[in-house]
Amino acid sequence: MSQHYYFNEDLAKFGNIGDFQKPLADKFFSWYGEVFKDGALSAKEKSLIALAVAHAVQCPYCIDAYSADAFEKGFDEAQMMEAVHVAAAIRGGASLVHGVQMMNKVNEISM
Amino acid sequence: MKSLKALQHALSDSQYQLDVLEHSEGQKAFFDALKEIGLYPLQPAAFEIFQVNVGKMCNQTCKHCHVDAGPDRKEIMSRDTMSECLGILRDHPEFETVDLTGGAPEMNPNFRWFVEEIKKLDRKIIVRCNLTIIVANKKYHDLPDFFKSNQVEVVSSLPFYSKSRTDRQRGDGVFEDSIQALQMLNAVGYGTENSGLLLNLVYNPSGAFLPADQSQLEQDFKSALFKDFGVMFNHLFTITNMPISRYLEFLLVSGNYEHYMQKLISAFNPAAAKNVMCRNTLSIGWDGFIYDCDFNQMLDLKVESPVVHIRNFNKEALIHRNIVIGQHCFGCTAGSGSSCGGATV
Repeated sequence: MSQHYYFNEDLAKFGNIGDFQKPLADKFFSWYGEVFKDGALSAKEKSLIALAVAHAVQCPYCIDAYSADAFEKGFDEAQMMEAVHVAAAIRGGASLVHGVQMMNKVNEISM
Repeated sequence: MKSLKALQHALSDSQYQLDVLEHSEGQKAFFDALKEIGLYPLQPAAFEIFQVNVGKMCNQTCKHCHVDAGPDRKEIMSRDTMSECLGILRDHPEFETVDLTGGAPEMNPNFRWFVEEIKKLDRKIIVRCNLTIIVANKKYHDLPDFFKSNQVEVVSSLPFYSKSRTDRQRGDGVFEDSIQALQMLNAVGYGTENSGLLLNLVYNPSGAFLPADQSQLEQDFKSALFKDFGVMFNHLFTITNMPISRYLEFLLVSGNYEHYMQKLISAFNPAAAKNVMCRNTLSIGWDGFIYDCDFNQMLDLKVESPVVHIRNFNKEALIHRNIVIGQHCFGCTAGSGSSCGGATV
């Protein structure tokens, strides 16, 4: 029998986290709902941001949810892939910029 | 691509479609959803729109088509049946709008005559034009002028403002032909400011999902089509794909059927249910039978009335009928609602 850490049907059970701690779950979902409404940014723009962040944090549930949501909201495949590249660039840059720290340390201990 | 009927596909049988739709385990029933909001049985509110499906013949075979229309479909309305429709319109001015659909309605050889006769009765005329028919053959190139001279409101399908997403749903080359047709319509004044010539576009999701917010998509379409092609139009109507015919086939084959139905059911909106188009519309089939809507027509669900054909038309009998409903009706009541005129709430 194959074993997984992730099951796609679990995404639909997200609301069940309230079974163990309802007041906190209610606060989270209320806040979450507000975050994704039209505001200074449109709900559509927020969907693309969420898609990029989903890749940055490597959350399979979030990738499923926001791939569908962004496509549904009218982004095309090229726009969505560019958003993923933005996430990847930030992740890659985040590693590389620490190269400066590495260089600082090397310079510090070098003669 | 051939129609399901030409392929002798099981889903070309409306009873088979109903068996799939009505016997899905664990699904909430549409009539229960209506009962909970006090709207069952669903009844007409008024007669305003007389929708006539003049035939299933079409130059396209779109993947989502609920009519299963295509070049191989030969069912088209005869001139005699059109004359019967005109008689009803003459006697019933409350039908302020005549909505002509298909297939590609323009392929019916009596289409232009029918439009001109309706115009003489001074009704608002809507033609659901798939756009590519305008450039499909020389004999259709003057359709924009014909529409203009009869002050027809043109409602045209365009799945998306990009080639890839449009062609995937409607076939290779459809996007470029559609843009060319839109430019031809713009050239005679359609969709341009103060012309009075209405050109509205229809967006159907290109997959197993619901349409996004209509006003946001309209802005996106307007800016992209104008920037890239100089194309203008008036409004964008978002229409939810109905789990019928070729779209139902797509849902079943792709494994999306249960998830999509659940999505429609979860998104049930009481306000949309109050505004469903079957409450102010009658739908006439190519052979003169009467239906509550074009979707019921394709499922062969005739009106629940002693009057099921236009030859026996009786307004009183029809206005007091119960509208025939089924699981597919969740498509019109999900989210912002869906009708031939787009979102309803």
